[in-house]
Amino acid sequence: MILGLLNYWVVVVLMMCGLYIVIAHGNLIKKIVGLAIFQTSVFIFYISMAKVEGGTAPILADGISQYSNPLPHVLILTAIVVGIATTALGLALVVRIKEAYGSIEEEDVQNLDNQTQVDSQQQVTEGDQA
Amino acid sequence: MIAHLPILQVIIPLMAAPLCLLLRHPKLVWLFSLLASGLAFIVSILLLQQVMTSGVISYEFGGWEAPWGIEYRIDKLNAFLLLIISAISTVVLIAAQTSIEKEIPKEKHTLFYVLYLLSLTGMLGIVSTGDAFNVFVFLEISSLSAYALIALGNDRRALWASFQYLIMGTIGATFILIGIGLMYQMTGTLNMEDLSQRLPEVEQTRTVFTAFVFVIVGVCLKLALFPLHLWLPNAYAYAPSIVTAFLAATATKVAIYLLIRFTFTVFGFSFSFATLPLETLFLLLGLVGIFVASSVAIYQKNVKHIFAYSSIAQVGYIIVGLSTGTVMGLTATLLHMFNHALMKGAIFLALGAVVYRLGNIQLSSFHGLGRQMPLTMAAIVVGGLSLIGVPLTVGFISKWYLLTALLEKGWWPVAILILLGSLLAVIYVWRIIEVAYFKAPLVGKTPVKEAPLLFIIPIWTLIIANIYFGIDTRLSVQVAQSAAQSLFGVSP
Repeated sequence: MILGLLNYWVVVVLMMCGLYIVIAHGNLIKKIVGLAIFQTSVFIFYISMAKVEGGTAPILADGISQYSNPLPHVLILTAIVVGIATTALGLALVVRIKEAYGSIEEEDVQNLDNQTQVDSQQQVTEGDQA
Repeated sequence: MIAHLPILQVIIPLMAAPLCLLLRHPKLVWLFSLLASGLAFIVSILLLQQVMTSGVISYEFGGWEAPWGIEYRIDKLNAFLLLIISAISTVVLIAAQTSIEKEIPKEKHTLFYVLYLLSLTGMLGIVSTGDAFNVFVFLEISSLSAYALIALGNDRRALWASFQYLIMGTIGATFILIGIGLMYQMTGTLNMEDLSQRLPEVEQTRTVFTAFVFVIVGVCLKLALFPLHLWLPNAYAYAPSIVTAFLAATATKVAIYLLIRFTFTVFGFSFSFATLPLETLFLLLGLVGIFVASSVAIYQKNVKHIFAYSSIAQVGYIIVGLSTGTVMGLTATLLHMFNHALMKGAIFLALGAVVYRLGNIQLSSFHGLGRQMPLTMAAIVVGGLSLIGVPLTVGFISKWYLLTALLEKGWWPVAILILLGSLLAVIYVWRIIEVAYFKAPLVGKTPVKEAPLLFIIPIWTLIIANIYFGIDTRLSVQVAQSAAQSLFGVSP
């Protein structure tokens, strides 16, 4: 039962690890890492699903009649590209956040944001009084 | 040419995006993007005409027959959505150059248009395609460019908002990908038509149930259904004004389209509403969304925040319409998608004009703006009235259909709650009107001039559309109704 579905168990464990990291960690780089793990689990899921028992690689050859399904592999190539783009964009944003806030911890960024909000309100009320 | 319309719809903005990079000159790039978007708009009109007269259009890629090759399938629902997206995109682009001059550094102007066109491509692609995996690819094209567009905002909070949107959006898209994978595992097909025929054979399995749940949650994240809306307010508030106007009017609509497409076409109405308690779920979340988001909107100090929260509330109305599970309710949903795009496009463009003149969008800076920028403020007022649902505006039409659908179901209490929700909209719209018209301008502040013509033209085009489609409802109602009927399989 467990061994037969090993790939799927791996997928589930990786997926949950990834999601947990995204939710639980305040460090933005770790969040991106979690997201990447989460996406990778889906890639493994697609690739596992394509395997046909006793089937070989889908290359036409004499004496072979059973092939694995190549379509999910192709799909997942696309999804990997999407995943890379997402990770790259996410990391680029983290660089910009570091430049603008001086920190890559969620807590710090949120505190700084709240601070800006209070400041701008104070300025506005002072302006009103003036 | 006519036979290739479905692909032209997507390929025109897709090809135009890299060409922008070659042009470089900001003004030229703007005109070129406007041209590309305008062409997409014309194509969408032709498509709608063709669909309304001769039925569903199926376009096969590279001549590969449908379940094997990728198919673009345009029915009334798609054509309606394509029209909304390309129309809003074109109108918003008219004001783009003027607006981004103030909000985005000059060296990034070309990149802005590239991202804008890519985002447009993604949305048009999601709507056109009849292939479930293609949906995911286009979803990511539009989302990735949207994250980058939001990060262009000149406030540093835009970066943080964009990052949060990226995390939530990617989780949503990956959920959809998991759902599609599970469906493929059970049926061996990715074509939506084919899926809808094969899924009933295996619909009792837990795999299909899981697939359905993953897709629904993923799509609901994308459409900012309460309580999955947390990414939206900041993303809309700190993005450049043009981006806000474009995304607010179109992005959530595309996600709602996906929700309708998956629940009604792919999984089928009877499966969707029987396996999950979608009726109760959507009704409750929709209503809570309306009340929570509208109440929060009342207390916002940033005017963009007010209307961003109002967008979440409007998604609530759209979802309530969907929850009825009747032709009437679905018509109300589709109508409100169209109408809400018109209102929010106009309002956020007008706010863009305010930012252009004032440099900020705090409610407290609106003092006396009613007299200094009469045309812009009048547009916000008419748009606000439309949000409330005052007769002679489009908002009234969609509320009317929604109430009729609810009464048809016998859901009296819900109808009353919807009316109460509209009262909350009165409050937040009134706060803006009060400050802008009944407060004297602050002493010592230099008065501002009316917005430039390139703002006034698109804003008022949308406002006039708001009023026109509030009076002459033939086009919007007819299309929405027949699209709803065909989704239920009723011959019109």
